[in-house]
Amino acid sequence: MSGTSSGSSTRARDTPILECRDLSVCYAGRTSDIEAVKAFNLTVMRGEAHGLVGESGCGKSTIALATMRYLGKAGRITAGEIRFQGRDVMALGKEELRGMRGGAIAMIYQEPSAALNPSMSIGEQLIEVSMFHDDADRPQATRRALSMLDRVRLADARRIMASFPHQLSGGQQQRIVIAMALLSDPQLLLLDEPTTALDVTVEAGIVDLIRDISAEFGTSMLYISHNLGLVRETCDRITVMYSGQAVETGPVTAVFGAMRHPYTRGLFAAIPSVRTDKGTRPLMAIPGQLPSPDERPPGCLFGPRCTHFAAGRCDAGPVAMQSVHPTVPHFSRCLRVAEIDWHAPLTSDVQRTALAPGEIILRVNQLSKRYQEVSANEGLTFEVRRGEAVAIVGESGCGKSTFARILMGLTQASSGSLKLAALELSRLPVTRRDRKTIRSLQMIFQNPFDTLNPSRTIGAQIARVVRKFRVERDKARVLERVLELLDLVKLPRELAERRPSQLSGGQKQRIGLARAFAGNADIIVADEPVSALDVSVQAAIIELLLQMQRLEHTTLILISHDLSVVRYLADRIVVMYLGQIMEQGATQDVFAPPYHPYTESLLAAIPVPDPRMRKRKVLLTGEIPSASKPPPGCRFSTRCPYRLADICDKLAPPVQDFGPGHRIACHLPREQLLRMQPVFEEPT
Amino acid sequence: MKGLATAIGRRGTVATLVVLIWVPLACFVMLGPLLGAMERYVLLPATPAVVALYGMALYRWRKSWIARVGATLICFWLLIAVLVPYLPLLDPDKPIAPLALPGTVKHGVFFLLGSDLRGRDMLSRTLWGSQRILVWGITSTVAAYLVGASLGLMGGYLGGWWDEVVSFLGNVVMSFPVMVLLILILNLLGQSGFNIILAVTCSSAPLIMRIVRGLSLDAKSRGYIQAAQTRGEHPLYIMLVELLPNVRGPLIVDACLRLGYTTVAITTLTFLGLGLQPPDPDWGLMIKEAATAALLWKYSYMLIIPALSVSSLILGFNLMADGLHDLELQS
Amino acid sequence: MRTLVLRRLAQMVLIMLTVSALLFAIFDSDQFRRKVAVAELGGFGIATLSEGEYRAWVAKKGLDQPFLVRYFHWLGRIAHGDLGESLEKDVAVSTLLKESLGHTAILAFFVLLFMVPVSLGLGMLAGVREGSRLDRVISVVSIVTTSIPQIATAVLLTVVLALGLGWAPSKSAMLEGWSFRELVLPLLTLLIYEVGYLVRMTRASMSEVMASQYIRTAVLKGLPMRRVIMKHAVRNALVVPVTLICLSLNGLLSQVVVVEVFFQYHGFGRMLLDAANFGDIQVLQAATLVAVCVAVLSQLLSDMAYVLLNPRVRFA
Repeated sequence: MSGTSSGSSTRARDTPILECRDLSVCYAGRTSDIEAVKAFNLTVMRGEAHGLVGESGCGKSTIALATMRYLGKAGRITAGEIRFQGRDVMALGKEELRGMRGGAIAMIYQEPSAALNPSMSIGEQLIEVSMFHDDADRPQATRRALSMLDRVRLADARRIMASFPHQLSGGQQQRIVIAMALLSDPQLLLLDEPTTALDVTVEAGIVDLIRDISAEFGTSMLYISHNLGLVRETCDRITVMYSGQAVETGPVTAVFGAMRHPYTRGLFAAIPSVRTDKGTRPLMAIPGQLPSPDERPPGCLFGPRCTHFAAGRCDAGPVAMQSVHPTVPHFSRCLRVAEIDWHAPLTSDVQRTALAPGEIILRVNQLSKRYQEVSANEGLTFEVRRGEAVAIVGESGCGKSTFARILMGLTQASSGSLKLAALELSRLPVTRRDRKTIRSLQMIFQNPFDTLNPSRTIGAQIARVVRKFRVERDKARVLERVLELLDLVKLPRELAERRPSQLSGGQKQRIGLARAFAGNADIIVADEPVSALDVSVQAAIIELLLQMQRLEHTTLILISHDLSVVRYLADRIVVMYLGQIMEQGATQDVFAPPYHPYTESLLAAIPVPDPRMRKRKVLLTGEIPSASKPPPGCRFSTRCPYRLADICDKLAPPVQDFGPGHRIACHLPREQLLRMQPVFEEPT
Repeated sequence: MKGLATAIGRRGTVATLVVLIWVPLACFVMLGPLLGAMERYVLLPATPAVVALYGMALYRWRKSWIARVGATLICFWLLIAVLVPYLPLLDPDKPIAPLALPGTVKHGVFFLLGSDLRGRDMLSRTLWGSQRILVWGITSTVAAYLVGASLGLMGGYLGGWWDEVVSFLGNVVMSFPVMVLLILILNLLGQSGFNIILAVTCSSAPLIMRIVRGLSLDAKSRGYIQAAQTRGEHPLYIMLVELLPNVRGPLIVDACLRLGYTTVAITTLTFLGLGLQPPDPDWGLMIKEAATAALLWKYSYMLIIPALSVSSLILGFNLMADGLHDLELQS
Repeated sequence: MRTLVLRRLAQMVLIMLTVSALLFAIFDSDQFRRKVAVAELGGFGIATLSEGEYRAWVAKKGLDQPFLVRYFHWLGRIAHGDLGESLEKDVAVSTLLKESLGHTAILAFFVLLFMVPVSLGLGMLAGVREGSRLDRVISVVSIVTTSIPQIATAVLLTVVLALGLGWAPSKSAMLEGWSFRELVLPLLTLLIYEVGYLVRMTRASMSEVMASQYIRTAVLKGLPMRRVIMKHAVRNALVVPVTLICLSLNGLLSQVVVVEVFFQYHGFGRMLLDAANFGDIQVLQAATLVAVCVAVLSQLLSDMAYVLLNPRVRFA
């Protein structure tokens, strides 16, 4: 952190570096204009890191693009203004605008792989910044680019300058985008979800870099993110957006210490945290969904979804920002900010006791899968008991999806065994499995947008499963079962007649759930079931998944990269890295020491929104090696901070046992593992 | 209004109308002599079907004027094709008065578009000519699609050695320049309408196969396909129910373009003396006959009329494809 | 990259072998053999050819040897440039081919000479600002020009430019020696379609690139628009059109047939059609083989252009 949060009130006299005043932005739609941003206010001071948080469609990216005056043909500013260092951005001349873009303000993008030109070398793309903004000649520009690559901690800068984007990993690409932005020494950095497309441990490195940059260069930042935890960890001030408006703004410490808008509080309650699990505190989803820009309610935009809604007041007219605190500049767009009892805990009627795990239903033994030279799964060994929720966790390329494909019979294992009760499944393709086996194993897919067949009705798609698995055969009974399932996933029965294009992402995922449970499966494999959804919708799906699992006594195999979701949902965790299991055990055991070094770094990479939690910093160096050339010895040895020379990179690690079912594959001596400090600390 | 909209929404309606137009037309053109006295009545159901289809096109594509212009051109020629036996026209094959200029009276007969070298009525020949090109063009395109789409669907979805073999054979065929291939096949098999269908299928099917294969490969990774696989559906069910309906958008666009290409190919072949045989009226044939003799400004109508006719039909197909492509992108 | 090109080469050799075997088998069929026999023995038609005569001829020609032996023998002769004798005219097929291919090459050269700059230029102009008035005009005109079949273009151009205005001769037989004026109409006919097609493809490619995120990056880096377009956009937008230009050689071989026949230009297409109509099997066989060869080479050329323009493939 740049350490300016305390001084923000004393700097009020200065001109803000960026100021949006009553900004409204419209996009020309097919039939009418769509107001993406409505009367939005924002002030970013010099040297300040300002976080802009909201769910998809709230207009946060539009703010960044409007600042750059880059709204495309369809977009325009309809009211208000954007001032950069006191000057109206809209009034800039052509050359001034060009100087501002990339010179005074630089932007960092969500998808570095798409943001870099695929047919130009990295060097060429970096050099032109200095050449066009500072009139540097080629050798000068090259020198600057090289030193900037060092500063974003990219080793071997010369080689990188000569390479093309596709030859680099996502993390390296994002560092290059950051270097490109810093080359012109900008006064303001716009970061649009800079780590969303990256793996967790890579994300942690980038976040760390961004934090250091703001400290070192003193650059102001507008950090756009959907992740409350990331904003808390990187910013001084925060503005929460909802449906094109700012609903709460203030210093990060003040806002996270005392949230004073029902939406902010709702978002916070919807996030699974590293402290909570399904037994202690159920997730609270925000009911309803974001209004589309042309159907915004009168008065408070959040009104229809708010538990504190007061008819006649909240829907009377536009709500202005209210001051929350006499001295701290903390504001909330809630009329009832003074009336609501903010200390009352968010209640939930759900009380859960742990399900007692039953007999072993799935037994995986030395399961391996090789594709040509890539070894996607190697020697997987673990068990799943009936009624359990087991999570397989890891970053991209760790082989978690390959395992799911073997289990579902979409691909066959190269060696080892995978037994469902007594039936060997590892080399039995789905086309050769009998109906009972197929029916007992069902899957929920990652992307809600292609999980349903766009050209068939919802009802027909669920009915197909009901009929296929002979749950019901009679036409009327099938329909009845379909409607029951819709009730179960809390969707209106009318949806049976609709096609998927008329549904939101969350609704589609609910249908995905209904379809998976339609055949009374014994085991449900959920492949990243919520990773494509917004936070508030995520919570609802997670809760629904849990409820249905309990109702049907289903075993759940959860495949995920998100440790906080896993912490919440799973009873047991299997941590994978490059095709191998690093650690496995009960959830509370994996989240507490002793850790496998990789687990430790994964945990440390979780952004934590809770201000009371302390997190130990563990940073990994380097990138995830390619799965076609895995390191010999321990797969993690190239990035491990505890690496033992001449052992870890040569020999396969032994599996050490720490209590019931808690196994760690590591060369470190037992005592050293036992001495590890917890990643999270909670002052009591 | 709502009832109408839902009726239009039903995919079956379009298919029924298309069959109602195509079957009578095909019977009339391909089996004409066999039908005898019945011939005149065969085409009766097609006329209302063309009108209904045109109305639907105008309603459905109200967001794209390009598609509507295209539909208008195509439906114009379709309407001519199904109405031509009932129109008060001169016999298209009967020589009456040679070289009558458009709009003149010769031998007591009025020639709106003039007469050709042998004295046959240009208007009548042009209108009758639409039947042949539409029937053979649509039939060969459909045949090519049946072959190409099923091979592509299997290649893309099933993969494996089947895909390798079919793709290689496709590459072999595609390495022939189209016209060379058509000339070769027709030379080998002899010249007839059915051999044209065969030749067009041979030359277009690999291209269609490649498109469908690409679309299937793309769709194969979708969640709903995997869902169908994990519930043990038969590959045939997956291909026909889960896969094919979801790639129909780009396929319809391509089919429109391909109808245009086929029309060009057939007309060109007739012009080269390789396709449909005289004496039936045909646009390519009309150009061929006029091009060898009537090279005078005064008689250029004999060239221009069939040339414009075929161009307007192809323009119709291309505009429709372009408009549908835009509509596809919008949704 | 080298492995990629080598793999393509191997595939092409395989295709050429298959095609040649196919052609050999087709022209080796009884039906075609009898035609050749009639031509060589000087009969009046297949009907007059007696079975005995035919048998004797087959034996004399060594055509009763096994298929594979004759096929490889035939391949060997082709490798030495011996394509046989024309049945219609008393010349070696290779002489005939050389002459007609030369004429078509001249035509193709001029087509490419005008097509490439015009269509790339117009396509880029239209694609840079998608939806602008210029874009709409260019797009509609190119749809129309690609919709007129060459046979109709040839007709309309002849009527207007030759018969009406008298600016160009209506036939291109070049009876009084080579003249560029006679080339005008066939050239225009080919160009009108090809340019329209390439403009549409270039425009689509360019507008896709202009909407890409890396162009946004370039603009928001504060580069002048000129540099964004010339340095960042054009290079990426060229990949598709350049491969299409290479592939258009294949298309040209189809299109020259109708154009050369219509304008009576003595090129490859006309020779092919004449051979087909006359039943000049040796010529037909050789011409098809050459056509496929050119097509396959153009495919290779286009693959290589794709690899060269695309660093993602080049350094994969």
